[in-house]
Formats: sequence, structure tokens, C-alpha cells
Amino acid sequence: MTISGKIAVAGIYEHPTRFAPDKTDSLIMAECARGALEDAGLSLSDVDGLFSAGISMGPMGVVQLAEYLNIKPRHLDSTNIGGSSFVAHVSHAAAAIHAGLCEVALILYGSTAASNSMAIGTGMGSGGGNPDAAFVSPYGMTTVGSYALIAQRHMHLYGTRSEQLAEIAVATRQHAALNPNAKMQRPITIEDVLESRVISSPLHLLDCCIISDGGGAVVVTSLERARDLAQPPVILRGCGEAVCHQEIGAPDLLTIAAHQSGQNAFSMAGLSPQEVDFCTIYDSFTITLLATLENLGFCQPGEGGDFVSGGRIAPGGDLPINPDGGGLSSNHPGMRGIFLVIEAVRQLRGGLGPRQVSGAQIGLVHGTGGTLGTMHSGATLLLSKD
Amino acid sequence: MSSGIEYKTPATDWQTRAFWEGCGRQEIVLQRCRDCGAIQHRPRGLCASCLSSDIEHFVAKGTGEVHTFTLTQQNGMPAFRENCPYVLAYVELDEGPRLMTHIAGCPPDSVRIGMKVRAEFVATEGQLGVPRFVPA
Repeated sequence: MTISGKIAVAGIYEHPTRFAPDKTDSLIMAECARGALEDAGLSLSDVDGLFSAGISMGPMGVVQLAEYLNIKPRHLDSTNIGGSSFVAHVSHAAAAIHAGLCEVALILYGSTAASNSMAIGTGMGSGGGNPDAAFVSPYGMTTVGSYALIAQRHMHLYGTRSEQLAEIAVATRQHAALNPNAKMQRPITIEDVLESRVISSPLHLLDCCIISDGGGAVVVTSLERARDLAQPPVILRGCGEAVCHQEIGAPDLLTIAAHQSGQNAFSMAGLSPQEVDFCTIYDSFTITLLATLENLGFCQPGEGGDFVSGGRIAPGGDLPINPDGGGLSSNHPGMRGIFLVIEAVRQLRGGLGPRQVSGAQIGLVHGTGGTLGTMHSGATLLLSKD
Repeated sequence: MSSGIEYKTPATDWQTRAFWEGCGRQEIVLQRCRDCGAIQHRPRGLCASCLSSDIEHFVAKGTGEVHTFTLTQQNGMPAFRENCPYVLAYVELDEGPRLMTHIAGCPPDSVRIGMKVRAEFVATEGQLGVPRFVPA
């Protein structure tokens, strides 16, 4: 019994806002719900499964969200595995739909991270009176710092250079220049990245994602039902999830969750990396994307620096990555997984104008949640045209 | 460097107290499973390799090498804001496990992966301590 080929994304919506001091997280999510349901040709009364996670959401968050939307779904899922949550929600929704627990699943995220001045990258690390945190909290590990530990190790083992990480930031900005909603559109050069201040060595300011407000929604249903709706269905071919923790023993820091989640997704789909036309990959930092590519099998461990160079992942390259401009340049309201799904669906529907990946038939989505150097999750999807 | 960072008294519970009390005696204390022999850190209430409850503590040598590190130039938290830059690192102990820590006692730009280091301890209240590492 496989869900591969039986479930589809039928509706999507990305909130155009990047700064919304007049809105709340719930309002952003509700506006996104409206947008995605309109896109799908469905109404709120069709929704019988609700999926959400958030930074500021409490343990009852998804219940409060149902109240805000005034809906009474028969299936709830508030899985929170960090920024990758919404990628995992697609596979959870697929399983629930396939099992008959719901028929129309609505996945929501919204956040006012920027207008609340949330210092996601460099505001953490003091911890508190928590015995579990006591082994990290004295040392001031920032979010950037956790990823920097991975980058430093990668450079040591493989000779990866800052110029190669910078290629990722430059290519992503080239994509963003083609997306009118992207927050950062001014072209940058490798020198700009290298000359931007170091936040946590070896990562510079322009190796780091931006912080914005924003939100998104995704509607998932059976392929059968999706074929009767307003948009061409985008089919789920494969999915996988994984966890990596670096805080016990001495694991290989450079084998990340994407290794396992990617293998599972490719295996379920019966596909290989060579068949993928484009990717949307969580780019919290340039190293995140590089390590993810290696672990998904697009290149060998240590070859990521060469792989991302020379325009391969830029617009018009052999493997365009994050054609919306990613978290590095388009938007990053705290947790970004939902936008990875939305952009992949947009590309597979087609007709995006200058930023359309030509011949996009199969797209890979990978989200990373948590902090790469300590503990993190990964979730992978393989999506295709009908 | 790092010397400006004031370490608070670590929060402890019964699973972790032996480690922090060891730091108060200037010792790195690790756990070993009496059933499967696995050595583990961070400490916990059972063996994370075989789930046996029969675990013991032992004093490690307190030496190891830098596995990876980052020179932190920006941290907005009050305890760290004025003390940047500081070197955050994983040190791999000679016994195997890794600890997150600071590297002190040398210019920050001299820290290298593979550098041999030894633990030193900053005393806190309650006869506990916080370990950091300096060049061996």
C-alpha cells in the first residue's frame, strides 16, 4: 500500500506581505486559507483536516486556529519539527487522506517575525534554568553558530571555500530578482558576500537568510478529487522524514537528516536525483543548501562546493534551486517549509514568466528544521505534474 | 577571550548532577553502561545504546581535540552581547564523546580543527563548575 501517485496538491497561496505590523499570525493564516481555497475552487466548509505549526503557537495552537477559522475539522495535526514541519504536513495529510481520516487537508503557516523584531539567528543561546539545556546554554550557541559549526567542518574536510558558499547566495539573489514579491532584489556578487561582516565564522551576513513576515497555505486532497478542481493537480510521488541529533556520542556532523529522508522519498517515487528538474531546499544559511544537496545524492560528499558553482543552481542552470528567491532573498518568517511546497507547485503548474523553470516535470522539496549542528529534522517530497 | 562571559550555576537534575559536581572538582565525568560498555554524553537516566538502567560514572582524562568551531561575532543575548567574539566549539574527548564548549586561553584566530585541548573549569555556586577548553 503506497500513497505515491494517489494524492495531490490542489490549492496554494503565498501571502504577498513581507512586513505586516497590522496583522496577527492567525489573521495571516486565515487570509492564506482564503487564498488557497479560492485557488483550488473549494470553500471553507470543504476543509475536514487542519494542519499547522508555529513559533508562537502553544500546545493548543491548532485548536485555537480552528476556532479562529470557525471550522470543525475531523482530523487535526500540529506536528512541529521546526521549519520543515509543513513539508512533513504534506506527507501526513497524504497518509490521512489515503486512510480516509479526512478528504480536504488545509496546511497553514503565518508569522509576524519581522514586525515583532524576532532575532531568530542571533538572539538565542542563553537558555534558562533547564537541565536539558544546561550543556549548551553556557556557551552562547546562536542559530547561525550551529550551522557555522557544520560549515567549518565541511571546509576542513573538503577544502570548501567561502567563495563557493557565496555562489549559493548570488544564485539565489538572481532568482529573487525575477520574483516581484521577493524582499531582496538588488543583485549581489561573490565579493559582496565575502565583504559582508562575519556573523559566526565562516558564515557572513549574506550567507544568512533574511527575516520577514509572511505566511502560506497548501490544500491537499486525493488525486481523483483534485482532477475535478480548479487547478492542474501536482502529484505527490515520494516523501520521507528523518531526525539527526549530534548531542550524544560522536556522529558524523556532515551526515544530515536529508540523507535518510531523501533516500526514502526517492525510493517511494522510484526516481533518482538525475530525474529532478529543479529543487526547493530550505536555505536558512548557504551551508544548509550545500549540505542538503550532498545528502540527497545530487553530488558526492565534499563535492557540494563545485556543484553549486558556475551557475548550475541559478536561473537557466542545469538544476535551478529556489526559483522564488528562497529564504536568502525572498522571505523567511521564522519557519519557511510551506513556501518550499508552494513554489514547487507553482513551478510544476507552469506559466510563471521569467522565473519559470523550463521543462519542469519533477520537483524536489526539502525542509530542514531545528539547528543543523545540534539536533534537526528533515522532510523531503518529490512532486510531479499530472 | 571568553573570559568576559560569566557562567551561571548550571541547572541540574538527578540525571546530570554527577557531571556538574565533577566540574566542581575540576573533573570531566562521563557515563558508561555496565551492560554494553557504551560511553555516553550528555548524561541520561539510562544507556542510550541498549536502554539498560545499569550505568556508572567515571572520570575522563579531560583531554581531546577540537572537532569543529565557530568564532561568534554577533549574539544579541545580554549575557553574550558584550563578549563577542568568542569561540564556540565541539571538543571530541579522548574517550569518544563530544562536548559543546568554549575554547579559551589562546587568540581566537589561532583555533584550528584537530587542535589538542584540555579542560579547565570555572567554578560556580553550589560547588559546581562549567568546563571550557584551552590548548593542551
